[in-house]
This record gives sequence, C-alpha cells and structure tokens, in this order.
Amino acid sequence: MSSGERPLAKIVVTGMAGRLGRLLTKRLHRDGRYRVVGIDRRAFPDRPKDVEQVMVDLRKKQARDVFRAGDVDALVHMGVMHDPRASGREHYSWNVSGTTQILDYCQSYGVKKVVVLSSANVYGPRPDNTQFLTEDAPLLGAQDFPEIRDLVAMDQLASSFFWRAREIDTVILRPVHILGAVRNAPSNYLRLEIVPTLLGFDPMVQIIHERDVVEAVLCALQPGVRGIFNVTGPGELPLSAILGELGRRVLPFPHPLARPILRALWRLRRTSFPVPELDHIQYVCMVDGARARTELGYAPRHTLKETIRAIEAVR
Amino acid sequence: MGLSKFLRRQTERWVDARLGPEYEEATRALAVRQNEYGFDPFGFHRDSLRYAALIARFFYRDWFRTETFGLEQLPRSGGLLLVANHSGQLPFDGVCIGASMLLDAHPPRLVRTMVERFVPAVPFASYLFNRWGQITGTPDNCRRLLADGATILVFPEGARGISKPFSERYRLQDFGLGFMRLALQANTPIIPVAVIGAEEQAPAVNLKPLARSLGLPAFPVVPFPPFFPLVPLPTRYRLHFGAPLTFTGDPDDDDETITDKVRVVKSSIQSLIQLGLEERKNVFW
Repeated sequence: MSSGERPLAKIVVTGMAGRLGRLLTKRLHRDGRYRVVGIDRRAFPDRPKDVEQVMVDLRKKQARDVFRAGDVDALVHMGVMHDPRASGREHYSWNVSGTTQILDYCQSYGVKKVVVLSSANVYGPRPDNTQFLTEDAPLLGAQDFPEIRDLVAMDQLASSFFWRAREIDTVILRPVHILGAVRNAPSNYLRLEIVPTLLGFDPMVQIIHERDVVEAVLCALQPGVRGIFNVTGPGELPLSAILGELGRRVLPFPHPLARPILRALWRLRRTSFPVPELDHIQYVCMVDGARARTELGYAPRHTLKETIRAIEAVR
Repeated sequence: MGLSKFLRRQTERWVDARLGPEYEEATRALAVRQNEYGFDPFGFHRDSLRYAALIARFFYRDWFRTETFGLEQLPRSGGLLLVANHSGQLPFDGVCIGASMLLDAHPPRLVRTMVERFVPAVPFASYLFNRWGQITGTPDNCRRLLADGATILVFPEGARGISKPFSERYRLQDFGLGFMRLALQANTPIIPVAVIGAEEQAPAVNLKPLARSLGLPAFPVVPFPPFFPLVPLPTRYRLHFGAPLTFTGDPDDDDETITDKVRVVKSSIQSLIQLGLEERKNVFW
C-alpha cells in the first residue's frame, strides 16, 4: 500500500451488518485510509477480510472493550433500531440507553469524531410545515407518532453531546427518505405492487440514494467539520411522480377511512406500516440541505431517476 | 388504466385548444425553475397550470371583463411583491390578478399567493394549489421565493378584508406588517394594486353570532340565491397597478418604524382606489 507512512484511522461503525452499515464499511474499506471495526449482533458474512467485527449487543460491556485501547479515531453510530413491531421498551433501551453509553465511551477514551445518523423524520410531516425546514426547526416528529420518540430522543442526545463534549467533533446527519435496497418504510412502501395513497393528497417529498447517504457520512468524517446537517438528495418530487416513474398501480383511499383500515391491518399483522406513517403520504416534511452542501462539501451523485430506481435493487 | 389515460389526453387536448397559442407562448416565457420531471421545489408544475389558467381566464375575461391599468410600469425582471386590497368573500381578486400577470404582463409572471395554513390539510386543494404555484403562507416560503425572483401576491388585510360587510366597501382594513419586513429583507420592490369591482361582487352582511358559534372567521350572507356568496355578481373588474415602491431599512426594526412604511403602501393603494372609483362609470360595465 502506498499510504504506508500514516497509520490508518480506526473507525468504529455500529449497526455494521445493516444494509447501510455494509455499504459504508465497503466504501471505507475501498477508500484505503480507514481501518474499520464494526459492532453488530447480526452477522455480516461477506465483509472484507481485514474488517473486524465484534458481534455483541451495543449495550453489552464488550462494546466498551472496542474503545478501551484508546486508539479509536472516529465513531459512526448508525446502529439504530427501527423495527415498528419491537416493543417500545426494547426500542427505548436500544436507541436511548445504547446511544448514551456509546457516546460516553467516546468521551472516556479520546475519540475525536462522532457521526450520528439520525433522520429528517425527526421534524415530522405536518400540514403547516414550511416547505424547507432548516436544522434549527423544532423536532415535532414524535408529537403524533410516539413510536419514534426514541429516535427524536436519540437525535437530541447527540445534540446535547455536541454541546457538552466540545473536544469532540460531533456531526449529526438528518437524511431525507433513503431509497435503495434498504428495508426502511419508504423503500418498502415504493416496492408494494399496488400502492395505497390518500385521496386528494400528493405531498412533495425528498428522497436520497443510499449510496449518497454513505458519501455524506464520508464528508462528515473529514477532520474539523462539526454540527447538525440535513442531508438531501437530488431534488423534490410529488409522491405521484415517483409512483409514476416506477409504473405502480395506485389505490387511493379517503383519508378518514385509511386510518381505521390501516389500524385494523396493523393489529392483524397484515402490514408493516404503523398508522402514523400515513402522515408521510399526506403532509410535507422537507428540509433545506444547503448547510451540508456548503459546510460538508456534500453533493448527491445520483439523479432523481437513479434514486427512485434504486429500490429495485432488492431481490 | 387505458381509459383514464385516454380521457386525460382528450381533456388536455380540449383545454389546450381553448387556451390557444397565446397561453402556450406565455407559459413558455415563464421564468420558473424546473427539475427533470417538470416540478419546481414548491411543487409548481407548468403542464398542470393549464386547468387553472382556463378557469382563471374565464373569470378574468368573460365573467368580470377585467380592464388593467399600469401593467407597463412593472419591472421586467426580478422578484416582486404585489400588495392589493382584499374583498368579495371569495378570493376572485387573487384569481384575476394572477390571470392578468400571466396573460397580459410582459414578460408574463407566475403569481404565487400565500395560502392559509389550513389548506394543506384539505383534500385536493392541498396539492392542486401547489401544482398551480400557490404556496403555504409561511414567512420562510416567501423569503425563499423572493430571493429566487418570484412574484408574490399578498393581501395584508387578510381575512379582515375579504369577509368585511358590503357597508365597508373600499375602506381598507388594518394592514399586517409581515410583508414589509419580507420586502426589506429581500430588497424587493412593492407594487401597490387596487382592485375595483370585487368589493361589489358579493354584497354581504356578516352573521357574526352564527360565525362565532360555528367557529368560522365569518358567515357572510347575500340577498340573492343561493344566499351564500358562492357565485359572485358579474361586476366589472378594474385592476390598477401603481409604480414600484422601494423601501430601505432594517427588516427587524420595531413595529412603529415598519408601520410608517406600511402606511405609505396603504395610502398609495387608497389613492389608486380613489382614482379607479372616479374613473368608473358603472359597477357592471
């Protein structure tokens, strides 16, 4: 290797075995400047050979051992639980207690950089939202959607860590709807064969390619940058245009009916979408990504079409 | 699937034939942003505008037989803040100002109004207003669009103006201050606009107790069927556009300083109204 004189930066990635974690790990590995250690209790069988994985629960003591030697340069925290079927207690414990602990290790063992992957959903879709929310907008996502209050709490935890641990460059990324082979709500929704929509509603939405999110994390890892950043993709589109691009058949429901129907389906375990997700196909929740562009030097590389089509990568 | 696509294409063709080449030319000249799917960041879609344009043109040309004065004084480029008197129970004044800017101004401009914040919760209106270039009324939206060189129409009287009773016609109600702060911030010229005719389109009285018990801002009643002012009387509209007013100063000044500047705009609209009323010979022709 040509970069023999400088030691590789050691980066800990939580949630490494998730779809985004794998993409990031491979990207960091290919970059050549980083040594990656992953923390995830799930297996990541085809990971690159010199990537280390510690297969433990984030909340277990062994997670601390990763940091103990004091040679970790950066943490990328994307090990966030977002399983709508998991219990609220488990969610809270994982996302809030887990994050608190791991941020604690960073402070105790001299980590210089922390990147936390949050989401633009923390702002929440609302009818009276301004078209483009900036990073200082209030986080109202959990107001009508208590299931995600732990995700909002995690974002706020990271923000207070940013102010408290001044010696650490903390970056909080709030990407818009991530599309790709990821199994998140927006990608799963667009992969439905017949897509239910709400009659008379067609909000503008922002989407981002999963690989662009990975690029944003790389931008955030640059030394010196810190702060909270909305991360946007190539632009804004109405939901109907995205569904049109994919050639989906649409089944519009009047919104007063849609909620009870979805609630019943949810109870019967016939859907993976909790009722409050409907707000995302009814109201606007878009963000201003200007700060990430100017301060992180981040720019999406995928076009709108490529981003929409990315959900088809899943088999 | 096939049928709905066919019907849509037939409707488009019919609408296009009604609108004619004049409209085609005007929309092509509109200075708006567009992504690869034809949408601007606020959801405006040029091809969706034709339906609104057809309806707006009907009210502008046929129903209200609108005459415009002073359009030639508009700057040829850059952001604009149109400030007008508001009346008539239903916002046909906004529709006609929009039509005049699209069909009769050179170059044509897309007028964007700040719609009430409850509109995004109303089925169909929520996205149709978007496609036609109308935006949710937040100061931040206005700021972004003015910085982008858009034409924004504001009615600083708001609900106080549109739902005032017939007895208050052509008497300007209190003006809000927000538009002045935005104009100062974006350094945007203000065009005073007087709408003559709309104030008589729905000679209503306001049933205040009923409105209060229903939780509505107003409950207007007109003395002809259907008694609720859904269909405006075919008065003749006259739109008087004044010379651009530019203001300088700190947008965060205290209310008193801003009020002084707002008063200048208000009195300029008032004198345009005076002029328009004097020149007018009849309400209906």
